[in-house]
Amino acid sequence: MLGRLRPSRLVFFAAIAAYVFIVLGILLTVILNSLSKGWFSGLLPPYLTTEWYKYAATDHDIPNLLAVTFTVVLADVLIALLIAFPAAYVLARQEFRGKGLFLSLLLLPMIVPPMTYGIPLAMLCYKFHLAAKVVGVVIVNLVPIVPFMVLVLMPFIEQVGTNLESAAKMLGASRWTIFRKVLVPLTVPGILTAGILSLVKAISMFELTYLVAGGKSQTIVVALYADAYAAGARPAQAVDALAVIYFLIAMLCLMISLRFVSPTQMVFKLK
Amino acid sequence: MDAVKGSSKAGALPLLLPAILFLVLLFLYPFAYGLYLSLTTAKGEPSLGNYLRFFGEARDFRTIWVTLQIAVPITLVNVGLAVPFAYYMRRGMRGERLITFFLIIPITLGTVLVSEGMLSFMGPKGWLNQLLLALHVVAEPYRFTHNYLGVVISLGLQGFPYAFLMLLGYVSGINPDLEKASQMLGANRWQTFWKILFPLMIPGIAISFCLNFVMAFSVFPSAVLLGQPSGPTRVISIAAYQWAFEKFNFNAASAISMVMAAIELLVISAVLVWRSRMYKGASMVGKG
Repeated sequence: MLGRLRPSRLVFFAAIAAYVFIVLGILLTVILNSLSKGWFSGLLPPYLTTEWYKYAATDHDIPNLLAVTFTVVLADVLIALLIAFPAAYVLARQEFRGKGLFLSLLLLPMIVPPMTYGIPLAMLCYKFHLAAKVVGVVIVNLVPIVPFMVLVLMPFIEQVGTNLESAAKMLGASRWTIFRKVLVPLTVPGILTAGILSLVKAISMFELTYLVAGGKSQTIVVALYADAYAAGARPAQAVDALAVIYFLIAMLCLMISLRFVSPTQMVFKLK
Repeated sequence: MDAVKGSSKAGALPLLLPAILFLVLLFLYPFAYGLYLSLTTAKGEPSLGNYLRFFGEARDFRTIWVTLQIAVPITLVNVGLAVPFAYYMRRGMRGERLITFFLIIPITLGTVLVSEGMLSFMGPKGWLNQLLLALHVVAEPYRFTHNYLGVVISLGLQGFPYAFLMLLGYVSGINPDLEKASQMLGANRWQTFWKILFPLMIPGIAISFCLNFVMAFSVFPSAVLLGQPSGPTRVISIAAYQWAFEKFNFNAASAISMVMAAIELLVISAVLVWRSRMYKGASMVGKG
């Protein structure tokens, strides 16, 4: 059946090809433009140069941008794990009054758009002097990540049977020992998956960071937006150079993550 | 919470505490604060003025329609295309990993990079227009950016893979025996799809519609970069942002964000009602 040329097959692959053409076109244009000089028309740029990267490096404090981006992303993933893992454990294992309500409240930040709660949240950050600081950026970005992590972790914890925990308990292990020596080692795949998926998500999160960050607490994606927004303030090629730096980081994270998870896991899934 | 104390379930609360604190401090409190701000003046006096101004000023009020005009069509297109494509790929195929890899790229890169790249690629001198000119599809460069179309394309590039990958997760979880049974009973492909698979896909369709709509309705960076943020694509997020960070009126901005949340929750509830009317079975099998 695979070899037969059905119209549905043709339509499917034509559409996929068109999609890939656009995605690759966008990426290659950005990469080539960042390396080009005098590319005003034609298929390819007449000269290639690396000067826009030097320009971007002196114009922006690239080391600082990278440091902030990685600090924010890693801090968010780690803090979110510390909050989400115990919660996912309780939600996966126990019935308690108000569980349904708690779960739906926990899902709300994923359904309500970032702009809606982001504006009052940013206002509070200004009030408590957290705005324009890396700490503030880390805090606001936790909001969409924690619920996402709980959702990813829950099925992994459900998969671990309760037998091992009961056995450990009978042998006199304390709750903390069971948690540390039984549960956590058995859920390493889940922790890894949740961590990686959140990392990929966190790298591209824009709105909340944009509302709270300032000068020295900008992440790379916010700096890129600011550059693209102020079109004309900097040469377009220099903006593209920054875009390529961001692209390389995001792709690196994506490549690493695809070794552990499949693309269908990267979108939010709910039963 | 007294009911759970003392039993083997002791310890549930301490483990939930971080998540509860997180939820209250970082989500419920800001949300309540936003609601409070929206119902008061800058001096803290109770007032409906912020809402009245929003609904009274055509420039702000029309952002609702502007946003809906962008969000509804592209969400329908994204989900409408994702259903047949996910159906087609339900049993996997050669090159599936490569296809899904390309689909996940725009999601990973985020709106900002996609919008920035679209400006060059789809601009008057970009490759897309060069191709269209060479193929004589258009006589002069077509305007893909700085208009309604640009914003819609960017939402499609990101929303379609999202809906597709999500529905693929659902459709590949449907027990293949159901399809075989239907065919054995004499149903053709079309009947099998409409009577068996489609009804089972409805929960997935509803969720992906909701998430796609939320994404499209709260569009912000691409509406600024790819649209005409002063007029035709001045979406509701832009209005809220301008009140907050350009006019520094957080009260008015909060009112707009509350209106935004209300519209979204309204649409989501409508979709969930549709889902509960359409979906009555539970014939999914887990992947594990």
